[in-house]
Amino acid sequence: MNSSKRQTYLRLLLSYLILIIMAVICIYPLLWVIGASFSPGDGIFSTSLVPKHATLAHYRWLFFNPNSQYPTWYWNTLKIALINAFVSVIITTGTAYVFSRYRFFGRKYGLVLFLTLQMFPSMMTMVAIYLLLNWIGLLDTHLGLLIFYAGTQIPFNTWLVKGYFDTIPYSLDEAARIDGAGHVTIFWKVIMPLAKPILAVMFLFNFMTPMTDFLLPQIILTSPDNQTLAVGLFSFINKDVGKQYTLFAAGSVLIAVPITVIFLSLQRYFISGLTAGANKG
Amino acid sequence: MLSALSMGLRQMYNRQWVKGGLLLGLQIAYIVVFYPFFNIGLWGIATLGTIPQVDNSLDLMAEGIISILLILFGLGCYGFNIRDAYKVGKLRERGVKPPGVMQTFRHVTDQGFPYLVIGPAMILLVFVVLFPILFMIVLAFTNYDLYHQPPAKLVDYVGLDNFVHLFQLSFWKTSFFSGLCWTVVWTLVSTTVQVILGLFLAVILNQKKLKFKKFFRTILILPWAVPSFVSIIVFSGLFDNNFGTVNLFLQGIGLGALPWMTDPFWAKIAILLIQFWLGFPFSMALYTGVLQAISADLYEAAEVDGATIWQKFRHITLPMALYATAPLLIVQYVGNFNNFNVIYLFNKGLPAIPGQTAGGTDILISWVYKLTFETSKYNYAAAISVIIGLIVTVLAVLQFRGTRSFKEEGMIR
Repeated sequence: MNSSKRQTYLRLLLSYLILIIMAVICIYPLLWVIGASFSPGDGIFSTSLVPKHATLAHYRWLFFNPNSQYPTWYWNTLKIALINAFVSVIITTGTAYVFSRYRFFGRKYGLVLFLTLQMFPSMMTMVAIYLLLNWIGLLDTHLGLLIFYAGTQIPFNTWLVKGYFDTIPYSLDEAARIDGAGHVTIFWKVIMPLAKPILAVMFLFNFMTPMTDFLLPQIILTSPDNQTLAVGLFSFINKDVGKQYTLFAAGSVLIAVPITVIFLSLQRYFISGLTAGANKG
Repeated sequence: MLSALSMGLRQMYNRQWVKGGLLLGLQIAYIVVFYPFFNIGLWGIATLGTIPQVDNSLDLMAEGIISILLILFGLGCYGFNIRDAYKVGKLRERGVKPPGVMQTFRHVTDQGFPYLVIGPAMILLVFVVLFPILFMIVLAFTNYDLYHQPPAKLVDYVGLDNFVHLFQLSFWKTSFFSGLCWTVVWTLVSTTVQVILGLFLAVILNQKKLKFKKFFRTILILPWAVPSFVSIIVFSGLFDNNFGTVNLFLQGIGLGALPWMTDPFWAKIAILLIQFWLGFPFSMALYTGVLQAISADLYEAAEVDGATIWQKFRHITLPMALYATAPLLIVQYVGNFNNFNVIYLFNKGLPAIPGQTAGGTDILISWVYKLTFETSKYNYAAAISVIIGLIVTVLAVLQFRGTRSFKEEGMIR
């Protein structure tokens, strides 16, 4: 008995050791950005975790220097993210509702198609996307980017929301139908009030995608005035000489902190959405 | 019979005058409006234009694809029409009066409601997903590159040449095969390690007697929560050859500095390490959920039988966890197969390798990016994308098998 107790004790000790090492590895790079954002100078050699001469100069530069495009990027990103969140919620809610409640010809094919498309990242067709947007004159416009965001989110989010709708008892619909409610009334008056939580989650997902995406805006938005944060911040260090790590760090902290907080509060919905899409046919 | 001739005629024969008239009108309008477009579109996609500077091959290609999609859509409606006429005909034979206009209208708004709602989403999907895929496939069989830029020059079909070059022409062959090999190694190693690490940490965190669970879970999930473009760029700073923390640390403990940025081998190691960091929290969160769903009775029963910790893990935890997540595993493999961000943002797929168009750490997808936006070799980029698409399709089919086998298993939920 004594030896097994000691074994448990040892195991716990080892567990704590592993967890502490992993925690340090996880958090060090993040602390480094924060430290770098307050470090004086430009380059990577002048950064430190706890800068001796901490300065707010980089933050000030980002917002007040006339050469800084940071406020423009931030505004572009917020605008695209908000519009995308609204449009996506509207399109996807209806689609998910229909797939959850109606049995119609082509329903099963549609669901299988969505499950497949969910695996095809839009970047795979980047050659075509670039040429096509050029063809219809939407290259370097926010509209062009939004069309692709709103379109490519449909498969995943339809599965996510459909899974939630499936859990709302069908008897509610039937009761309303007996009372004479039509399709639209049932949707608005019965389903929507109950589905608010999942709609909020979907809204936030679609808000965060444009905030953090790099490749699509990099392809579609070519002029600096139209760029989003991810692309703009990358331009700070995408140079052969004079990489501005500290500016990049300051700019990143201002975007990463809100995103991280939102994400931490949403992460369990993300997991449940993924497992719903994967497990239920 | 009549319905096969033209839409609407059979409906008129069935004495559904208004409906028949509407359908006939729609069909005539469809033909009148689109005929010139189809004409030029189909001719365009077949020839890609004949006169340089007058015919723009890319426009013709896009118009051709749209024509084909519209024709398919028209044929679909046509099929529906025949089915409808057949049904009504059957009704009439049985002496039932065919439904009138108002009845049909109500029927359409009622039964057609699902189609009405998903219509916009479907159209959007066709435009942003299906259309680009078709366009890319056509492109893969042409010679569209820097030297064949419309409208100055024409683009021509070259059959399977691009694919043949990738597999046989020595210049392309070395780039393609070394890129493919690294992509496969990258996908397998990065995904497998991040999953195992995630499962391992989830199991550790699931121990009953462990304290501060919530604290550790929050810290360990941070790499997933922070926007990846930020953390990857941060890592490219930390792995800097001269001033990066990693090398300073290695020198500090008496080991020499390593050429993380300039040597292909060490660059690959660095990228793998970064991906482990980025990827494990997802698996950890996923398995934490799965582990909590496993009933405690199973473990108690095993303890009564005197099972060791390893036996409990091997025979209870592992099978349950894998059953619950097999389809997601494949999604993760596909995700890393196309993980453009980590490769490109770390050091743009560099270092360059002499005699190759792909850099030392380029996976196929980042190579496609370079071919498209740096060297304008659209044809090869499209051909490689098609190959990537085929691989993803195979994996998607595997995923379905997994999903379906689940439903029949019914083990978890």
